Amino acid sequence: MTRARARARTRGARIVETVMKIVTGAAAASVMLSAFALLGYLLYRGLPSISWSFLTSMPRDGGIFPAIVGTFWLTVGTAVFALPIGIAAAIYLSEYAPRGARTRLIRLSIANMAGVPSIVYGLFGLAVFVMFFGFKISMLSGALTLACLTLPVIITATEEALRQVPQDLRQASLALGATRWRTIYKVVLPAAAPGIVTGSILGLSRAAGETAPVLFTAVFFSAPLPSSPFDKVMALPYHIYIMATQPNRPQPAIVWGSALVLVAGVTVINIVAAAWRSRARRKVTW
Amino acid sequence: MLVSVGMSSDVSGAMDEPLRDRGGRASRTGRARAVEAVVKAAIAGSGWIAIVILTAIAAFLAVNAWPALSSSAAGGWKMLTGSLWYPTASPPEFGFLPYIVSTLRVTGVALAIAVPVGIAAAVFISEFAGRRFKEFSKSVIEFMAAVPSVVYGLMGVYVVGPAIKDLFHLPSALTALSAGVVLSFMALPTIISISEDAMHAVPNDLRMGSLALGNTRWQTAYKVIVPAAGSGIFASVMLGMGRAIGETMVVLMVAGGTMDLTWSLTASARPLTAVIASEMGEVVQGGLHYSALFVIGLTLFVITFAANLAADLVLERQRKRWRR
Amino acid sequence: MRNALTLGVIGAMALGTLGLVGCGSSTTGTTTGSSTSGALTVAGSDTMVNMAQAWADTYTKDNPGVSIAVKGGGSGTGIAALINGTVDFADASREMKPEEIAQAQAKGIKPVATKVARDGVAIVVNPANKVENLTLDQLGKIYLGTITNWKDVGGADAPITLVSRDPSSGTYEFMTSKALKGGKFAGSAKLLGSTQAVVDEVKADPNAIGYIGVGYESSAVKVIGVDGIKASTATVKDESYPLWRFLNMYSNGEPTGVAKAYVDWILSPAGQKVVTDQGFVTLN
Repeated sequence: MTRARARARTRGARIVETVMKIVTGAAAASVMLSAFALLGYLLYRGLPSISWSFLTSMPRDGGIFPAIVGTFWLTVGTAVFALPIGIAAAIYLSEYAPRGARTRLIRLSIANMAGVPSIVYGLFGLAVFVMFFGFKISMLSGALTLACLTLPVIITATEEALRQVPQDLRQASLALGATRWRTIYKVVLPAAAPGIVTGSILGLSRAAGETAPVLFTAVFFSAPLPSSPFDKVMALPYHIYIMATQPNRPQPAIVWGSALVLVAGVTVINIVAAAWRSRARRKVTW
Repeated sequence: MLVSVGMSSDVSGAMDEPLRDRGGRASRTGRARAVEAVVKAAIAGSGWIAIVILTAIAAFLAVNAWPALSSSAAGGWKMLTGSLWYPTASPPEFGFLPYIVSTLRVTGVALAIAVPVGIAAAVFISEFAGRRFKEFSKSVIEFMAAVPSVVYGLMGVYVVGPAIKDLFHLPSALTALSAGVVLSFMALPTIISISEDAMHAVPNDLRMGSLALGNTRWQTAYKVIVPAAGSGIFASVMLGMGRAIGETMVVLMVAGGTMDLTWSLTASARPLTAVIASEMGEVVQGGLHYSALFVIGLTLFVITFAANLAADLVLERQRKRWRR
Repeated sequence: MRNALTLGVIGAMALGTLGLVGCGSSTTGTTTGSSTSGALTVAGSDTMVNMAQAWADTYTKDNPGVSIAVKGGGSGTGIAALINGTVDFADASREMKPEEIAQAQAKGIKPVATKVARDGVAIVVNPANKVENLTLDQLGKIYLGTITNWKDVGGADAPITLVSRDPSSGTYEFMTSKALKGGKFAGSAKLLGSTQAVVDEVKADPNAIGYIGVGYESSAVKVIGVDGIKASTATVKDESYPLWRFLNMYSNGEPTGVAKAYVDWILSPAGQKVVTDQGFVTLN
């Protein structure tokens, strides 16, 4: 090829590259911008409503306190049920289960359960916890349903964290005479802890924001503050949905204020989890 | 490998220690062994509880769906192909084909936006962007993924829906188009982050080699990186699609809820998830309507499970491919 | 780090166990205690939910020993909850259907209705719509899908957009029996989850028609007459408005204890004042 033609081809390619850089950059930028627009709009419409009294008074006085409390207890309940079982299951799958097709199948199934729609979990929760076990609409039913939803996420995250721990550590511990459980307990778990905690927190924050699973298992439009797990609760996501669709005199202040509180809460939790993870990761070296 | 090492701990001499000392008390090794056995049983038990729960969900869905699937009033085939859903009429009708089409319409719009934009954005982040933008974008995308669906629903009802209505001069803000656009925001984080991971996993040698041969970064990206990361990108689309199909609150609030069997994007839609959410409360346990909703739930379960399974298998193959 | 994790897990499990064991279960379906203390659960009609909320708020302010949980979801939801035994009162903007009564009796529930207020289902259109009145027959045909253009009923030449509530709504069922005479809503009808959604949609679409409880009337939408009569307090009370109805609270058997005190209060002038404040019509 002549030098001129080669030069022309390079120039053409460079132009194409610049154009595509702009195009793909525009795609990335528009995604970033829309995220900022979302946050900005939430702040714009929700911030005026935020005040101490908004967060701590009852709906009768224009506040959302019981919804915050309800969401808090639902999340705690979810953690109580999902964390022990989920982490144990991940430990079993990662450290004890025999390698092979059957374990792989189980692992695959669990990962795929994470993709099942949350409303299907809600249907399951309604049938099993509310009706079959007779817990009625209660915080208990809601927490159990959310725990089922969160279980696959926690198992997958924990397994991932356990997988990151190098085999050398395990083998060294076993070579020193420790039993397998001692190895897990004293060596592997501490090493995987940052990943486990982060994954769990992220899973729980997702549970906190879910509406569909609690729609018919735990929440009421208005309920007194819960005094036992068998009480009905209010929840922020449901409160937002109801306030946006039910009242005969629309209350945008409460709707957007609650939305901001929920998003702020979830974002703060995620930031804390991510920061903790990067700090812990820096400390661990191998 | 672990098994053989476990045995070697015996070789180190522990086997020689008696499990009981002369007083009959359990020795340290014996105790350790006992603890080990108990803990292993507890953990295995917990592990199996988790698996049992998850199997129970599938089983429960099937068992509760069975009455409707097998009844003459409903019947599996009639439900999947019928286009009239009047569960409270007498006699009731349970054809939910229009709702399947609604789900497809809404998901179609979501993917039509999220796939090109998402992959393009992932290409930019992975191949063109500097380190700071990469980290910044990661945080922004995590934020987008963490926003609860009801908040996206709010944005759909108050911002996106009316904007689309004005832009396209539609009579209504509650359409498949509006819902699809909002859903694309929810699928984007998944598609971008997993695609970007897949592209990032492609070994740098390939990039360097391509550049050394005289390709521009763009040519490298579309000739080398994207094909190499192809299965990961495919998986990301599958997972994003699963998210769109399974989303409830957004479509409940934004899609409009009509039973018409139509492919029009400017008409309202009533996706499967919205049907369950809006009717779940009024069903009496054990009734035919109750069972019909479980049939819809089972359908959703099967669709999303299959999409996720496909994505997982593909992702695992991609991971094996680049492991060194 | 490891100790914190262990402690955390054990602590969470302990808390959970304590929480489950240490508390008694709250009672729904039974009302315990004297008439000034107890817990009630009310669920059902979205038409009534704001009024139910107002009742609960007012009553519990004067009777702090009573706690009342309120939920919407549609009359169908409330009735199903009553049949499933999970609520004390089912708010219903319609009457229970024979199948529902049979289902209830099969589960040992004896549904008893207490009329608590009156309502009229107002037909609303966009303020720009010139139509002022429809006959009940025309209304039915419109929602059945037989009449599809406004010009057939005296309006502009434009397709009619149907806006409706969803099947769990008592108002939906009421319209099915009164206006559609047992027929089925056209497939193009938008099945929306709340009255507010209906109002928003009719407000936005110049060709829309919708139906709402009279308590939800607002200046955003225009109310048209049915058979020449507009829904108002007077026409609902003297039952001349064709789409008038009673609003009911269903319970399992006659209300007793706290439930009876609550219902008696609702029927008293104090409770009925709330009805008027909410825009509905009192019983008498």
